[in-house]
Amino acid sequence: MDPKNILSEWGIIITLILIIIPIVVGAIIIIIKANASITIYQKRKELKKFIEHLRELSPEESDRLKQRKKELEFTLSNNELAGETAPIDSKGLINNINEVAALRFIEQKKKSQPRPYIEPDLTKLILWYIGCAAFWLLFGTTIGEYIGIKFVAPDVDHYSWLSFGRLRPVHTNAVFWGWASLAMMGLAYYVVPRVSNGPIASVKTGYYSLILINAAVVFGSICLMAGINNGGGEYREYIWPVMALFGIGVFISLSNFLKTISNRTTKEIYVSNWYIISAMMFLLVIAVVAYFPSWQTGLGETIVQGYYMHQGVGMWFMLFNLGLMYYFLPQQLNKPIYSYSLGILAFWAQILFYTLIGTHHFIFSAIPWWLQTIAIVGSVGMIIPVVAGTTNFLMTFKGSWNKISGSYTLPFYLIGIIFYFTGSMQGTAEAFRFTNLVWHFTDFTVAHSHLTMYGIITFMLWGFIYTIVPRLTGREPSQITVGAHFWLALIGLLFYTVPLMYGSTLRGLMWIDGKPFIESVELMAPYWLWRAIGGSLMWISHLLFAYNFYVMVRKKETIEIPISAIDILRAKAELDLKETIK
Amino acid sequence: MEFFDNHKKLFPTALGLFVGLTIIVAILPAINNQENNAPLPASIPLTADEIAGKLSFISNGCVGCHTQQVRNIDMDKMWGNRPGIAADYAAITRTDFWRNTATLMGTERTGPDLTNIGNRQSSLAWNLLHLYQPRAVIAKSIMPAYQWLFIEKDSLEKGDVEVIIPDKYKKGITGKIIAKKEAIQLVAYLQSLKQIPLPDGKILPDFLYKKEINPKAVNTNTSSLPDGALLYAKNCQSCHQENGEGLKGAFPPLKGSPIVLGENLELYVTIIMQGYDARPEYSVMNAVGIANNLTPEEVTAIINHEKTSWGNAAKPVTPEEVKKIMDFINLTAKK
Repeated sequence: MDPKNILSEWGIIITLILIIIPIVVGAIIIIIKANASITIYQKRKELKKFIEHLRELSPEESDRLKQRKKELEFTLSNNELAGETAPIDSKGLINNINEVAALRFIEQKKKSQPRPYIEPDLTKLILWYIGCAAFWLLFGTTIGEYIGIKFVAPDVDHYSWLSFGRLRPVHTNAVFWGWASLAMMGLAYYVVPRVSNGPIASVKTGYYSLILINAAVVFGSICLMAGINNGGGEYREYIWPVMALFGIGVFISLSNFLKTISNRTTKEIYVSNWYIISAMMFLLVIAVVAYFPSWQTGLGETIVQGYYMHQGVGMWFMLFNLGLMYYFLPQQLNKPIYSYSLGILAFWAQILFYTLIGTHHFIFSAIPWWLQTIAIVGSVGMIIPVVAGTTNFLMTFKGSWNKISGSYTLPFYLIGIIFYFTGSMQGTAEAFRFTNLVWHFTDFTVAHSHLTMYGIITFMLWGFIYTIVPRLTGREPSQITVGAHFWLALIGLLFYTVPLMYGSTLRGLMWIDGKPFIESVELMAPYWLWRAIGGSLMWISHLLFAYNFYVMVRKKETIEIPISAIDILRAKAELDLKETIK
Repeated sequence: MEFFDNHKKLFPTALGLFVGLTIIVAILPAINNQENNAPLPASIPLTADEIAGKLSFISNGCVGCHTQQVRNIDMDKMWGNRPGIAADYAAITRTDFWRNTATLMGTERTGPDLTNIGNRQSSLAWNLLHLYQPRAVIAKSIMPAYQWLFIEKDSLEKGDVEVIIPDKYKKGITGKIIAKKEAIQLVAYLQSLKQIPLPDGKILPDFLYKKEINPKAVNTNTSSLPDGALLYAKNCQSCHQENGEGLKGAFPPLKGSPIVLGENLELYVTIIMQGYDARPEYSVMNAVGIANNLTPEEVTAIINHEKTSWGNAAKPVTPEEVKKIMDFINLTAKK
């Protein structure tokens, strides 16, 4: 970019403003400080004069001052009405008194609920899952950030292992199979036994799954960077032996969950388990169909690719997250889900319509026209499950909207739900033949996949993680850093997607106009810069998330001195017990 | 309901529904497609070098930015003469036991479509320089530079293919830049990417969503020729550059060129249509006009643009003159 033009770039202007603000604030502070020292100097002079005056104070004047002092010091005893009796709260109504001692710059949000009983072994497993997921989020988005920068500075390095074409699938696969999948599985290890009202069948199996999935992402990333990939289908870049590790990992956890559910003590199978179990079964079907290593010649590959990548997104990530949402949302709002039957309708409608829509990524291509039409019809049909799901969640929120401002987890839920609606509906709109003319092959698809995989899936997962980890460990993150995480991620996402969508629209129109291709590359430059800026904000928010997770799980010895009557008595009882044993 | 409370009924039902739909929308169409399509008669299997180049194309994830599909819509006309059909991909099978079929259709056009790149840009020198440093030939390109496909040597050995690098991109390089075998193979693969003509008598599938031609623009007699600058940008600029100065040692300048400014229109049109290899200090020019099906009007517009830009001030030519020469070229070419 021309250095002269750089100052007229909005991104640069805003960055400059952001730098200037602290400088101005610093200058103001310096002026105030200087002013204060001048005043002190003048006061000192005055004080000297005053001390001379004190030395020569007459006895009459001294008496008068003493008399006045006595008058000013008169106060009421504050006991005039209550008398001397001690207060008694005989029904225990006054509890958890929270006195406001200082100014509240940050609004105090509700603390997490007390820890329910969960086996310590299971707690550890869940934390390992979420910890590994957080690592892959950081790893995957660091790569994403780097390849985003490569759009603005393509010559930043010339190493084959770090070239754009190789790193791009490393980014997408690491956040898919590493971050989102592990986080979902970890949360499922919490939800499945709880809604079955029984213990998990095997904690050990959970660790085997964890190891297999981590191994898949490690080997997969190395293979991709070394130039070994499956041939280019999106999210199908890992070769089949690598993906087999992932598949086995899901398979053994699936059988673990099925055992847990068959041992359940409730009569019903709660709808969360419908979604979670189905997501895991469907993933295995998808993986076997797409990876079975002896078919898919020619366009067969393309038809399967459309099916695979979209079912991966909709039947694995979306279905799984909806299942988790059906558990966590009512639990966070402390009320039942608005309509259980809407949840069931959405479940069957999702299977019916979502399975059909895969080939809408290949509209106008050489695949059969009827198959393209089915995909478009299926995309429109998705309105049913999406509207049913969104309505269900929002109606569950109804009457509890005030809880959002008082909670640091619910904003994540709400944003996830809003993006669930807008992101999914955008997907439907993108599938139409006309919109394909403008948007297909442009970065609009990239913006869309971030609105959904990030706006929906990742925001929901964060909400769930901030909900349960404090309960598992008994330690909460600082509400300031959670708030900063939320806002940076949200603003970053908008900076990332909105300019990209706008620029892509212009680019598509340019292609329709038949302009030279390179002009459309030039056109995108400022929007790619915006994408890098938004991506950086998102990335910083992930650092905060990793820090918050660390705060929630770190082993810190805390010495708690009992304050409430119950705790004091319990401590006394424990002490007495110890001493009698001695 | 009993059904919903029995995990032995509920989960198999959901699975059955999903697998059933999967068979209908994915497995059967895919099998049907791979059973019932054969490669076009005119298609040529890839050579060993081209196959190696394709593997390199796959390894480096080129499909992330380059599609290989011409859709049946008017805007895709710039990427091929006809929409892609299933037969175009029918010859592609699994890469090997470990890796899936690579039709490389792609889903993202950060860079141009490559279905027909072998016709559009077949110059070896251009492709090598472009791989080494894309910005040396296309200033605004954001394509990665594939410099690990090249080595630096002090002197040329037998069989070495040297790449002439403009000074701007030569920082820290003292020797000569030689294309490794892998780079040559990758270019061989790119050169092999040509849309295969349908057998005679087959009706071309139609492009949909045709652009509406503005009747006003047609009626004005002042400029009935297409936009020469636009055509130059699409067909000529990647070698001869926007400023018409070419690249030293690779592509000759058109600014002040005796052919552009001279009177020998026949030579000029022949070069555009059939390419040129008369000057050893420059790379071979491929048959740009024939490869891109340029019409006499388009060639005229390009010629007039070149004759009157970058300080060039020669007399424009008419489409009739150009058409006469092109008819002659076509006649001799057919023989």
